[in-house]
Amino acid sequence: MHPIVARDQLSPNVTRLVVEAPRIAEIRRPGQFVIVRLGEGAERIPLTIADADPAAGTISLIIQSVGASTMDLVALQPGDAIRDVAGPLGRPTDLIDQGRAVCVGGGVGTAVVYPIAEELHRRGVSVTSVIGGRSREWVILEDELRTAGEVVVCTDDGSYGRHGFVTEALRDLCDAGPIDEVFAVGPVPMMRAVAELTRPYGIRTTASLNAIMVDGTGMCGGCRVSIDGQSRYACVDGPEFDAHAVDFASLADRLTTYRSFEQEALARHEACLIPALADRLGDPPPTTGPVAGSAAR
Amino acid sequence: MTEERPPTDEDRPALTQKERMAIDRVAMPEQDAAIRAVNFREVNLGLTRQIAMLEAERCLQCPKPYCIGGCPVSVNIPRFLKLLREGDLPAAADSLLDDNALPCVTGRVCPQESQCEGVCLRAKKGNAVAIGHLERFVADWAQAHPDELIHLKPKPTGRTIAIVGSGPAGLTAAGELVKLGHAVTIFEAFHAAGGVLVYGIPEFRLPKDIVQAEVDRLVADGVRIEPNSIIGKTYTLPELRTRFDAVFLAVGAGLPVFMDVPGENLKGVYSANEYLTRVNLMGAWNPGSETPVLHGQRVAVVGGGNVAMDSVRTARRLGADEAMIVYRRGRDELPARAEEVHHAEQEGIRFDLQVAPVEVLGDEKGWVRALRCIRMEPGEPDASGRARPVPIPGSEFEIPCEMVVVAIGTRSNPLLTATAPDLRVSDRGYIEIDETGMTSIDGVFAGGDIVRGAATVILAMGDGKRAAAAIDRYLGGEAPAAADVTVEAASEPA
Repeated sequence: MHPIVARDQLSPNVTRLVVEAPRIAEIRRPGQFVIVRLGEGAERIPLTIADADPAAGTISLIIQSVGASTMDLVALQPGDAIRDVAGPLGRPTDLIDQGRAVCVGGGVGTAVVYPIAEELHRRGVSVTSVIGGRSREWVILEDELRTAGEVVVCTDDGSYGRHGFVTEALRDLCDAGPIDEVFAVGPVPMMRAVAELTRPYGIRTTASLNAIMVDGTGMCGGCRVSIDGQSRYACVDGPEFDAHAVDFASLADRLTTYRSFEQEALARHEACLIPALADRLGDPPPTTGPVAGSAAR
Repeated sequence: MTEERPPTDEDRPALTQKERMAIDRVAMPEQDAAIRAVNFREVNLGLTRQIAMLEAERCLQCPKPYCIGGCPVSVNIPRFLKLLREGDLPAAADSLLDDNALPCVTGRVCPQESQCEGVCLRAKKGNAVAIGHLERFVADWAQAHPDELIHLKPKPTGRTIAIVGSGPAGLTAAGELVKLGHAVTIFEAFHAAGGVLVYGIPEFRLPKDIVQAEVDRLVADGVRIEPNSIIGKTYTLPELRTRFDAVFLAVGAGLPVFMDVPGENLKGVYSANEYLTRVNLMGAWNPGSETPVLHGQRVAVVGGGNVAMDSVRTARRLGADEAMIVYRRGRDELPARAEEVHHAEQEGIRFDLQVAPVEVLGDEKGWVRALRCIRMEPGEPDASGRARPVPIPGSEFEIPCEMVVVAIGTRSNPLLTATAPDLRVSDRGYIEIDETGMTSIDGVFAGGDIVRGAATVILAMGDGKRAAAAIDRYLGGEAPAAADVTVEAASEPA
């Protein structure tokens, strides 16, 4: 069992859980993820390790509640526990040691770029983070990212930071001076837009793909993605790939595989959970976020 | 007046060989095909004690029994059958469990017709003794009567062994090693123990509570299981080697092989591994499960082995009106167990034989709509001696379907080997071992599918048993070399 030691709400549907997992906290590296299973009969959910404290033996998981299973997870309170946490899985990020990097995070994808930005900064790389959300309340981890360098915040409605999409801010940065690498994590349309933007600049660009997976060890093949026309497994070959080689259309399509199942599960779930949850949080009921698929980030 | 009393086992006179020969082989009672094709309960219902004892009478107690050599874990079959026919079930169970750590499993999933029953003397003139059914009967009795079994507490040796993987090879090795007094820890990547027994083989062929009971028995005997531990990720092999006196690698074959035809990333194409894992381990056969699985009205399963049969029969039970096997060779060449093919046919599975897929076709929304295939004919013999199927030009056709399950085999998973540069592997990534089962790293042994490539549960168990004996000898123990026993017995004429 993995007790929850802290919980905070980062945006209306994004929650941070700090979970006891000493071994994973000790050895995880940026870019890696875990698979959690809340309890008997629950789904296996892949989640990026957003942060870790080896001394305390804890890892941070940042969860967007998009479906029934993730809603059950974010309903956990300190003192509750997650039954299974397996990892760290996936290949660690291939990090540069010098130069200049831009880390682009959309919505809950910001949780994935945060450990990358932090490690790049530690290595002496000059980091600019470009993060976005629908409006101010959807922007997460701004303060944390400021410790790793400059941060540009974008909101779709202009309620905070720069008005517009993260790609517009990224274009200005590309035009302003040389960039050695761009890391992009967020909804598939955002990652695709970033890849198309940086391609003509010839900037190495890495995306982290949130494919649907079951075991996370290469056994099921459900997370296969098309990279340069070759089938690769996001769980063991990734989750990060050269964004210029990714077939984003295929990824987006495969993420819709269980949409009707998820909507049914959600409807069943909302009928019994939402009033209680809303009551407990004193917040309006969480809305479904933009990332499709059971692979919540 | 003589007192009437029911006859007891002791009263029964021993049968003559002629009388034994006159008994017909028992038929395993089954759920009716039409009923079972829509449920996940076990197909075979099991024998009663009376029928099992009668079937055991059919064994001729050969002075040189071939059946033992036909068994990859060398079960002393005549010994437990003799005890069974005498009605001494506790002794029969102890005898069986002494040879086989997972008899409830093997009694259900072994291909007996090509092993013990294949070499049974009675098969030469009629039907072999139903060894598999009797193994299952005794094993189930043992599981239901744990208090009547002998529980020897071995003297602890103080030696520690790490086993990587809790499938048939790992569990068998664990069972053998704790019996010898060693401290065993199994590292399992999934949240539950059992490997292919829980993620792969469906409920209707191997109920999961039976596997769990076998695992629980090992845990009661002192085996420790650490779930959610991926060797190569959570721990590396060199770390395990330092922490334990010996290591046994039994991680299975792992990665699914796809067909490498266009359209394989369409929605509705599964590897058999994914399909079966969702349904079995994650419980998606139960409509209330949180893990989703697709349901097709028409499901094409590519392949002809046991995994293909498990997949197609699962699809049928999940409501497919048309569940089809697509296999490139003929019916006689299907690699699956005879019973699985027979059961599948009874359940209305369609067999499209001598057919190979060339493309998965999709609709405008990215879902599978058909499997495009080409007809095959036997060509020149290949390396295995079987006729190599060759396509008949111009014979392409479409099989309309909403789902395709690919069950054409697996390949080695590099997760573990990638973090153990000293571990010698073949060019296909399988771990190489010497005649004792030891790898290129001292004290690290390996067995099962990660050594031999995709094979059967019982062959993996044989590897587990041999490795356990080799590990015991490596640690200074005196376990007989199981490998030598099996090889010698198997080399007799069959």
